[in-house]
Amino acid sequence: MGDPALSRRGFLAASAAAGLGMTTLSACGGDSDGGSSGTTTIEWWNISTTEPAKTVWAALARKFEAQNPKVKVKIVQLENDAYKSKMTALTSSGKLPDIFHTWGGGVLKQQVDAGLVEDLTDRTKPWGDALLPVAKEPYLLDDRVYGIPFDIGMIGFWYNKALFAKAGISAPPTTWSGFLDAVRKLKSAGVTPLALAGKEKWPGMYYWAYLAMRAAGAEALEKAYADKDFTGAPFVEAGEHLKELVALQPFQKGFLGAAYSSPTGQAAAVGNGKAAMELMGQWAPVVQADAGKGLGKDLGFFPFPAVEGGKGAITEVFGGGGGHALRRGAPQAAVDFLKFFASEATDLELVKKTGTLPVVPAAESAIADPNIKAVQEQLKKATGFQLYLDQAYAPAVGQEVNDSVAALIAGSRSPEQVAQSITKTTKEEQ
Amino acid sequence: MTSTFLPDKRTGRDAGLPPPATDRSRSRARRRALNWLTAVGFQLPALVLFMGLVLLPMLFALYAAFFRWGGFGMPSEYIGGENFTRLLQDDVFLGDLWRCLVLVVLSLLVQLPFALAMAVLLNQRMRGRAVYRMLFFAPYVLSEAITGILFGMIFAPDDGFADQVLGKVGLDGLGGEWFADPSTVMATLFLVMTWKYFGFHMMLYLAGLQAVPRELTEAALIDGAGPWQRFRNVTLPLLAPTLRISVFLSVIGAIQLFDLVWVTTAGGPDHHSETMAVTMFQYGFKRYQVGYASAVSVVMFGISLVFALAYQRFVLRRDLEGATTTMRGDGK
Repeated sequence: MGDPALSRRGFLAASAAAGLGMTTLSACGGDSDGGSSGTTTIEWWNISTTEPAKTVWAALARKFEAQNPKVKVKIVQLENDAYKSKMTALTSSGKLPDIFHTWGGGVLKQQVDAGLVEDLTDRTKPWGDALLPVAKEPYLLDDRVYGIPFDIGMIGFWYNKALFAKAGISAPPTTWSGFLDAVRKLKSAGVTPLALAGKEKWPGMYYWAYLAMRAAGAEALEKAYADKDFTGAPFVEAGEHLKELVALQPFQKGFLGAAYSSPTGQAAAVGNGKAAMELMGQWAPVVQADAGKGLGKDLGFFPFPAVEGGKGAITEVFGGGGGHALRRGAPQAAVDFLKFFASEATDLELVKKTGTLPVVPAAESAIADPNIKAVQEQLKKATGFQLYLDQAYAPAVGQEVNDSVAALIAGSRSPEQVAQSITKTTKEEQ
Repeated sequence: MTSTFLPDKRTGRDAGLPPPATDRSRSRARRRALNWLTAVGFQLPALVLFMGLVLLPMLFALYAAFFRWGGFGMPSEYIGGENFTRLLQDDVFLGDLWRCLVLVVLSLLVQLPFALAMAVLLNQRMRGRAVYRMLFFAPYVLSEAITGILFGMIFAPDDGFADQVLGKVGLDGLGGEWFADPSTVMATLFLVMTWKYFGFHMMLYLAGLQAVPRELTEAALIDGAGPWQRFRNVTLPLLAPTLRISVFLSVIGAIQLFDLVWVTTAGGPDHHSETMAVTMFQYGFKRYQVGYASAVSVVMFGISLVFALAYQRFVLRRDLEGATTTMRGDGK
């Protein structure tokens, strides 16, 4: 009787141990080294979920694999917002993917401070230095390199030339009051002037950030963050200007619930000719064509207008790019991949096929699209640069900016309250 | 366990062959130990998983709620109950509580009675009964995310299916911005919730109705009771245990509502459809204020727990002790 009981006990003990083992194992999943066969698998997380970038990027990964037979690239693609949430969870777990998308700035800094990101300064030395300086800026923290860019760009107004002509607007406005006039003209011509993704909040933040930059100058946003004080007059003024715009009811019907890239969202509204303008980054034409029909030759670009009496110039740009960072301790193959992705051949392909802006100086000649060329020219003559606020600031502050500006647009917060709540969160956070 | 040993002892004594006392107690002790080990062995894997994946994270969230903590490393900045006092001054969170209450009340007053009516209707003999039952239950099988995306498209202002159909039949005035308007977002959300969940409650009620003996309704019929009286005095009381469970599930579901809201509105516009779970997500995963998010989750857990305990104590008690109640009744 003893023997079967013992074996049963043994079995139970084994299964209990297996249970324990499983929980511990799952905690350290995602190891990238392939082991015995000698191949290395690197995991690459990116946010290129829209065409054509999705296909082009996957093809590039295959090309890299062909050049490096011992390396496998596992691609994980996540939609922008989902990616940010997922990365938060991963960051707290202390384990990041080998190669991951980053915008640089405050979020990257938090990950660096947590000791999760590989310092690339020396490992990318010869080829990394050759990239465009403005493109590298967001990933430089205390003069150390933590990311390699593949795109750089800026936010500006993308407009429908046909609808502007219909409303009798001859040239894109260069001042805020001129812009408000254009909005009025479009409205009276029966055209929805602006599309906005109110559900996602970050597109609304662009207005406030640009207005604050135009009122206070490009350095003011970084300074206010460092001083933990956003209550200065220019910031309240920015809110008031935005309120003037909102008072004209310029946005599409139901904008408070609209997403950005969905078929009923902001990009589609412009891409289908239902709204005349959107304030968006260099990727806008691609998304317009993916979510909607796309405007083709009717699409134009103009920089955010200057605010009368403001310190900021119209040549100061608000924007950012896209880059890749590596988790601390990522295999050499991941560094090789970054080098491959920042090579002239790759950059030429990205610029030609996916509408990104070149980060390799030699790739500039490949820009065919006149709008992308216009963005590139704006960027080249930029007299000041500010990274997206929700990336430049610590996440809590960035989200508070998005949130309180969204409340201002919805009419539930005043310009003063916006300035105060951002200040309050900044003080709590640091 | 001990009762199984009793016959052994008795037979041993009756046969007049009592095994040596030391031997017997030794084997008994061994068996008891074996039984105990078996029980522990069987429970251990489940227990380990439960501890590791449920209990410990819960306790850790409670611990983290007393810290200002960004989610990196271990919480170190102890701030006492500050997160909780901040919660009580947070308009969004107080709004969450209010919206939770609204959803609970609407569920109980609209969704469940509607489900009950459908269940009673579909419990009758009628053509295509099975098809209807399946159709009404189908939404429950659909995932929350799919439902959210689907209704996001249906209720898209102007272009959406809802506005188009209303426009076609000349009821444009009834259309609107649905999820995009702060004043209609909750009603729209509740409409979708009802669509999604009433089928589940209907199924519960249908199962309950099958258990109502026909004889009783027939007896009532012979006694001259009308349809309403038969429903009110025979069917409903016998359905009560099912109703109580369904109310319980509905309330707990409303307290923890997340997926549907996240996909359709993300809590907007301007927080007008935000729930506690959405607030928790916003702070935990968007703002990296994990301490504060933990406080939200602790309050959510507390509310659920208090409700669950109170409900079991005061409402479900009769159902839970069913067997003994009958025996007591027989005794009298």
